[in-house]
Amino acid sequence: MTLLNKKLDRRSFLKVSGLAGGGMMLSFSWLAGCKPTPEEVLTMPDEWFEINSYIKIGENGAVTLFNPNPEFGQNVKTSLPMILAEELDVDWKNVFVEQADFYPERFDRQFTGGSQSVRAAWTPLRTAGATARQLIVNAAAQSWNVPVAEITTNMGTVEHQASGKKAGYGEMASLAGTLDAPDPETIKLKDNADFKIIGQSKKNVDLQKIVTGKPMFSLDHKVEAMKYAAIVHPPAFGMKLKSFDKSSVTSLPGIQDAFKVKIFKDDYGRNFFDTTTFPEIIAIVGNSTWEVLQAKKSLQAEWEEAPESTFPMAGRGGQTRDISVPGGLENSSTHKEKMAEFQRKPGNVQRKDGDPEAAFRKAARVIERTYTAPFLAHNTMEPMNCFADVKGDRAIIYGPTQAPDFIMNALSSSLELPKENIQINLARMGGGFGRRAYSHHMVEAALISQKIQAPVKMVYTREDDMSAGVYRPTYSATYRAALDENNNLLALHVKAGGIPESPLHANRFPAGAIDNYLAETWQIESNITIGAFRAPRSNFIAGAEQSFLDELAEEMGKDPIAFRLGLLKRAETNPVGENNDYDPKRYAGVLELVRDKSDWSNVPDGISRGVSAYFCHNSYVAEVVDVSIKDRKPVVESVYAAVDCGIVVNPDAAANMGEGAIVDGIGNAFYGEMAFENGVPTKTNFDKYRMIRHGEAPKKIEVHFVESKEDPTGLGEPLFPPVFAALGNSLYKATGKRLYEQPFQPQILQIENLGM
Amino acid sequence: MAQFSLNINGKSVQVDVDPNTPLLWVLRDHLDLVGTKFGCGIAQCGACTVHVDGEAVRSCSYPISIVEDKKVVTIEGLSEKGDHPVQKAWVEHDVPQCGYCQSGQIMSAASLLARNPKPTDEEITSAMNGNICRCGTYTRIKAAIKTASQTL
Repeated sequence: MTLLNKKLDRRSFLKVSGLAGGGMMLSFSWLAGCKPTPEEVLTMPDEWFEINSYIKIGENGAVTLFNPNPEFGQNVKTSLPMILAEELDVDWKNVFVEQADFYPERFDRQFTGGSQSVRAAWTPLRTAGATARQLIVNAAAQSWNVPVAEITTNMGTVEHQASGKKAGYGEMASLAGTLDAPDPETIKLKDNADFKIIGQSKKNVDLQKIVTGKPMFSLDHKVEAMKYAAIVHPPAFGMKLKSFDKSSVTSLPGIQDAFKVKIFKDDYGRNFFDTTTFPEIIAIVGNSTWEVLQAKKSLQAEWEEAPESTFPMAGRGGQTRDISVPGGLENSSTHKEKMAEFQRKPGNVQRKDGDPEAAFRKAARVIERTYTAPFLAHNTMEPMNCFADVKGDRAIIYGPTQAPDFIMNALSSSLELPKENIQINLARMGGGFGRRAYSHHMVEAALISQKIQAPVKMVYTREDDMSAGVYRPTYSATYRAALDENNNLLALHVKAGGIPESPLHANRFPAGAIDNYLAETWQIESNITIGAFRAPRSNFIAGAEQSFLDELAEEMGKDPIAFRLGLLKRAETNPVGENNDYDPKRYAGVLELVRDKSDWSNVPDGISRGVSAYFCHNSYVAEVVDVSIKDRKPVVESVYAAVDCGIVVNPDAAANMGEGAIVDGIGNAFYGEMAFENGVPTKTNFDKYRMIRHGEAPKKIEVHFVESKEDPTGLGEPLFPPVFAALGNSLYKATGKRLYEQPFQPQILQIENLGM
Repeated sequence: MAQFSLNINGKSVQVDVDPNTPLLWVLRDHLDLVGTKFGCGIAQCGACTVHVDGEAVRSCSYPISIVEDKKVVTIEGLSEKGDHPVQKAWVEHDVPQCGYCQSGQIMSAASLLARNPKPTDEEITSAMNGNICRCGTYTRIKAAIKTASQTL
């Protein structure tokens, strides 16, 4: 249900829309009767009229559309308003986009995650746009005293052809804003064939600001009398603060205070996303960033091992369960040993089709392979930070968050303030990748501000950020296949687990395509905190599954694409089991498209080629990676991606995000790794944590979208998981070595005479 | 604390800061030029790239005491109207995703093209390898540099 009718009194609305005021210049055409010329530049209208929560129109025809969702580079600030503009029927060049603050009374689902922004907003925002258009039409009918049904709109003008009456939306906005909103059920949405904006590439609405370095991020925010804060957290997972000597820093230049910050209250009932690595940290407050960063180095603190602990946490479905955090200082070497041990033991059966045990017993041949991947740090380019101004009983929080709704309870509890006294404003984020769905940094900044009763900007150093947890978990998966003497596939068995969660999706492909199928999970507790990382779980299991299928195809003497298409045909025509959560035809569609676009059978000279396909976040992606070996090093020459994510709202921006996901996957496959020694992260900055750089990016990336009339599905994540196996499979062709362990780079370095 | 006279984006400014303060924090905290970004603090990511006497430097690791008498240009001063060929090419290719690293990328690219208007692919890679883009816009950055190169 869309929040359409939530109108506020004029004063509170001005608070919401305050950012748009103040004589800002807006380039657009005069709509009311004049011939539009692109050169015309008008000032902001004298008055805005609110049509609904998402749309306001000025008396001169200017249109402001609110982007409700947090923007972290996925470009929702452009694509969501495009959906509104389409149904409102206005000219995109007359649209001004504003980032909405967190305002649950006015906006639905202000959350960025799970690749769901466009999918979830598709119908609500079309309805909001179409309902606003209807209000303009109704206002015109009333003004002109003509029947509603005889009025048409076109790109911001409203017309009654019979009487020759015509007006810009701006002329009707004042009246439209006072009319009762029509019942959304009665509103007809456009036919896809009539789309004028959706499906046409529009440039990022903040592009000019980005390339000229305008303040857009919370780290750029500054107010009068603002203080700066740095934090110091325990040096290892499994450690906590024992004591610290405040006088070690308070006499340093520019330092005002240092104190302990306890993030959650003891009696606070945590929500699913209330992950915090260290319950207590030290804050250092001073007059400038450099001074507080310097003081960090002088701070004298004692740490001690944290005992095992348990706390209740609400699950995503609302049910509460106890989370237990073991004590001890963990090591990556021990993690690997423990995972290998669990791979050998029976797991928890998640799905069983047919009689896999019998099939394995009578197999002529069993192929078994185990895949592993390490913890990964998100490493958003903008480190964790937040601005907070908490004075008396009011709090303003401006920071990078994917999920303001998820942190509101914690803010309210920790600050001891009612939610209605807390305003969260949404900053553009310098990356997110899942990390900023966990927003304890906002609570930390708010508590620091509350303590000093002054506005403060808190910033993590890169080292603080990289060593503060909420990582992608480490995973392991063992795949087994039973073949008969004629190389027919009899059964498949997957057992997958991780620290501290399993990556398995038991009902995804190839479940449904194999008569005898067994899927098991296991998990191992840890005090290393984890969280969502671009395509959680899929980002590992896709690589394992698609690498295994590649090897299986080879063992069975089949072409890798033909083999997958054969399995999908089976799942389509005669599916095994129930609850198969993918559409085999759409899955096959992307494999066929990538086969065409890459000219799969004609491999260029000097090129080795691998393929992979995966379904996640409601979308289907197949990718082909071409590598060559130059100077004994693998070089990614080309990547071809075929994507079925339904209707694509903003094609060029969608391709950009797809290209980025592919680069991200190649980087993490080759280099991504976080390791631990006695609880201490072994990498805390980019000198040791290897990120993909310009020279390692593919020379060419092509992202092709399946033409579709289906409603949009996920896009930010689905191109990421398939890269790992497409790369691994192409590297196998190039080097003769199958890669079972991520990151790939250390193993490639061990191959002698590569490419010789 | 010490007084420093600086030339930033063609303007003379005075600041009173610790001589070890990196140029990055003088720009951001003292001069409110926040287009130059903090990414790593150890000259490994390039988000803080500015021009000092025309050369691309990592301002996070460049103490203010050695900036005096030099000309500093930040993203805010690269062009008056945001229409430097590199900025225009970035717009044409709609390069950014999150946008956080892009001022550093643009400053590195502008410095490259100023000394080498027609760089090869290898020269582009070599000049840009110190600038990390976590969103992975590398292929667009390269295409935009080539577009900008054609207009020079």
